[in-house]
Amino acid sequence: MRELTREFIKFFVSLKLTVALLALSALLVFFATIDQVHLGIWAVQEKWFRSFIVLQDIQGYPLPIFPGGYFIGGLLLINLVATHLKRFALTWKKAGIQLVHGGLILLLLGELFTGLFQEEYQVSLKEGETSNHAVSWRFNELAVADTTAPDRDIVTVIPESLLAHDEAVQVPALPFRIVPRAYYPNAALAQKEQLPAGQLTVPNLANAGLGPRFAVTPMRVTYDPQKKNWPAAFVDVVSAEGLIGTYLVSTMLIESETFTYAGRQWRIGLRPERSYQPYSLTLLKVTHDVYPGSDIPKNFSSRLRINRPDGSEDREVLIYMNNPLRHEGLTYYQYQMDAANANTVLQVVRNPSWLIPYISCLLMTVGLLLQFGQHLVGFIRKRAARPVATTAAAPAA
Amino acid sequence: MKKILPLLVLALGLLYLGSTLVPPRVPTGTPDYVAFGRLPVLVGGRIKPLDTVARTTLLQLQGRQTVRLADGTPLTPSQWIADLLLSDKKSNDYQVFEILHPDVLALLKLSEESGAGKKRFSYNQLVPGLTELERQSQLAQPIEAQRRTRFQSEIIRLRDNIGLYVRLQASLVPPDLDDPLKALTDFQTTLPAGIDAVRLRQQKLPHDEATANRVMELAGRFDFMAQNAYLLPIPPADTEKDDTAWQRTGAVLLNTFQTGAIEAHALSYAGLAYAWRGQKAGEFNTITRLLRAELDKRYADRLDKVDAETRYKAAAPFYSGMVIFVATLLLAIFSWLKFPDVLARSAYYLLGLGFLLMTVGIATRMWLEGRPPVTNLYSSALFVAWGSVGLCLILEKIHPRGLASAVGGIIGFSGLIIAHHLSLSGDTLEMMRAVLDSNFWLATHVVIITIGYSATYLAGFLAALYILRGVFTSSLDRETGVALERMVYGITCFATLFSLVGTILGGIWADQSWGRFWGWDPKENGALIIVLWNALILHARWGKLTGPRGLMALAVFGNIVTSWSWFGTNLLGVGLHSYGFTDRGFWALIIFAAVQLILIALATLPGLRWRSAAAV
Repeated sequence: MRELTREFIKFFVSLKLTVALLALSALLVFFATIDQVHLGIWAVQEKWFRSFIVLQDIQGYPLPIFPGGYFIGGLLLINLVATHLKRFALTWKKAGIQLVHGGLILLLLGELFTGLFQEEYQVSLKEGETSNHAVSWRFNELAVADTTAPDRDIVTVIPESLLAHDEAVQVPALPFRIVPRAYYPNAALAQKEQLPAGQLTVPNLANAGLGPRFAVTPMRVTYDPQKKNWPAAFVDVVSAEGLIGTYLVSTMLIESETFTYAGRQWRIGLRPERSYQPYSLTLLKVTHDVYPGSDIPKNFSSRLRINRPDGSEDREVLIYMNNPLRHEGLTYYQYQMDAANANTVLQVVRNPSWLIPYISCLLMTVGLLLQFGQHLVGFIRKRAARPVATTAAAPAA
Repeated sequence: MKKILPLLVLALGLLYLGSTLVPPRVPTGTPDYVAFGRLPVLVGGRIKPLDTVARTTLLQLQGRQTVRLADGTPLTPSQWIADLLLSDKKSNDYQVFEILHPDVLALLKLSEESGAGKKRFSYNQLVPGLTELERQSQLAQPIEAQRRTRFQSEIIRLRDNIGLYVRLQASLVPPDLDDPLKALTDFQTTLPAGIDAVRLRQQKLPHDEATANRVMELAGRFDFMAQNAYLLPIPPADTEKDDTAWQRTGAVLLNTFQTGAIEAHALSYAGLAYAWRGQKAGEFNTITRLLRAELDKRYADRLDKVDAETRYKAAAPFYSGMVIFVATLLLAIFSWLKFPDVLARSAYYLLGLGFLLMTVGIATRMWLEGRPPVTNLYSSALFVAWGSVGLCLILEKIHPRGLASAVGGIIGFSGLIIAHHLSLSGDTLEMMRAVLDSNFWLATHVVIITIGYSATYLAGFLAALYILRGVFTSSLDRETGVALERMVYGITCFATLFSLVGTILGGIWADQSWGRFWGWDPKENGALIIVLWNALILHARWGKLTGPRGLMALAVFGNIVTSWSWFGTNLLGVGLHSYGFTDRGFWALIIFAAVQLILIALATLPGLRWRSAAAV
């Protein structure tokens, strides 16, 4: 048994494993890059990097074709940590290497945390518009709002992922259940009378609101980072007394469906996931500069006003290329601009681990400088001590 | 002799470089087209000399900077642009449009025989086919650039080139006029009458039909120039505060309707056209001098740069660099066979000279542009070569065996050749797009990552040298072998440091401007693979998993990895870094990779099959 344990440890601390894992990583990154031509960047990340096994659809069957990023990265991490634990010694000579690898461990962990915790949203504003929330580009939610009170809505949101299951959603905030009947991750909606001839549709289950007027055609899910998926679903709203109605919800529908139950007004609709902030942003001005005598863009910038309803904050900020606004854990970047229509799109990112790469960069740089600096000094000393023809002592590891 | 010969070689090299600095002169009695080429215009976001416009346009149209007439007379770029901008369509007969695709020739009903060098055609030769060309390009236009067939790309390229040519031609004087100067002065003197005639015609009252027509026709030409001209040659009026508010000639000519007087610069250019057409040297040179003096009042510092740029372009330092590096390579190779000390030292001196030349060339570019050294793919090729050559100088100093000099010669030469091909797409001192407009990141991330490329290539080329000499010659003795091994190892350490730091800095830049440290963008991935590969080489050596030959094979593969990162990722046509690179480059890349794979195969031959078996 002890023999086995020793073999086990030997395997995990071996440089052979390191080299093999480095080779696998290089291949993984290469294949994933090539795959970006067919899949969008998001799909590639899910398929190759944020997975343990890379599955490839071959004639309809998902077959494992390569170890995934979590697998290789995880082994690398174990290999790194194990090696350092086994050989750890606090000496100047080893300090460089240890710093480099410590930084690397931090970097790998940081990337893992980013993958797990990073949230991305967008804010699209026209000049003069104000918004207190950002919307997701990729994720959607089913919003059920109680609009009875004239001055406020009480909104309950259900993530899109729950619509994909057949199970009823019951939450204390709602006096009824939501039962998904059919869900399409990407679907085109058309008025029934305007449906192009020959276009196939799925059975329309809706029996209330505007839903019955539409024809729903499921579409292939797009991975193109420039394009959006437009999910649609049919949901039953079921109360203790029975079915209130079956509604069609889709991000393509701008207006939500409305109904009345138990004397209260309700609204139901699918919309991009929102992230509300305790402050609002007003777009004051967009600027798109080009170099004189050319159409090469020189700069894009958006001037905004941050305002808090309680009056504790009211100031102007300027966001432009390479100069984001960091505000309360969120970072706003200039993303797209349509200067002709005075419209700007800001990318909003919440990444709690954003500082980690900076720290690991510092550690690794210091480590590498220390390590190779020692080599260089040793090398120069040796050279100085010996005649020219036979010198050139290589820096030993 | 041993000491003198290397110095002699150095002196020869210096003499050669000195000769390129001699300013071009115009024979007395002919219009000074060199001075004309030094006149500034604003185009593509910066003020540049007409000579640069001529050179970049010619490179774009026909892949080279000189024009040769049918009778063999060569024209300098300045002469060509003077003919294009000032003469009465004389340049339309010059064969400067390169057509490489046989189907395009067939479409335009042209034969190879009717073209200069079987591939260059004049504007007049293309005119009959313009309608068909336009139709074909409209068919090709909606297709994404990466998905176009070669025929479609060539059609679009030719259409764009013709467009550029026509737009250039409309820059200084109204096209299609026998004597623009007379037309403009007549226009000015008869302007009140002309305006009256047009006004009367609009009110359907009796008017002088001929005068009205003439005014309307000229206004049409001005408007065409104002809409289409490529160059902005008219500096802002003294009252205008914005230094960059240069105007098209057409715009200020149209202004004449309000002011009643033709703008001075526009009139000067018409005067130049008059003098050029009559080859009146005195008048031409006087007008050029006065124009310069007038511009000097407001743009003195800018004109210094314009002059420097003209001289720099005429000296073509990177072309001389190629010559120097080839000479270095040859001297270094001969040093392995005979007179090792003298020849190796000569090669070392020449390599140093080449390095100095590139340093000056790159520094000049930096001063002209006000930017760090690497701003586009072209300058990255220069900088990669510069970095490698610099490292080779250090290596050669440590191991004076003509090894690093030879590799420096090869990389220097190849880098400059690659840069030349990348320069064909237009002005290499172009403006930086918004997201790249950050001198801090250009100076840190881009420079460091590019040095990482330099070092990885250098290790790969040193390894290739080891393999070639070891397999095919018996000249690789034990000492040389060990020296090369140490160089490859040391340079790989250096490469790891720079590519790692450069990649992480790139991540930080991405975090600053796009909100994510790492996005798995193809270019980022390419850089990551370089880091991984260098780390692999180092760990394989530290773990004694590979001997010298294995190390060399791994280092040679580094060449493929680096080329993939540098150019290959641009071929994918996806991601944020996918800027200009054509399918011509694709095949060069494939061939380069194939050669590297052959070298790796050679490296894996058993040691006994190597002719220098003793050393390995």
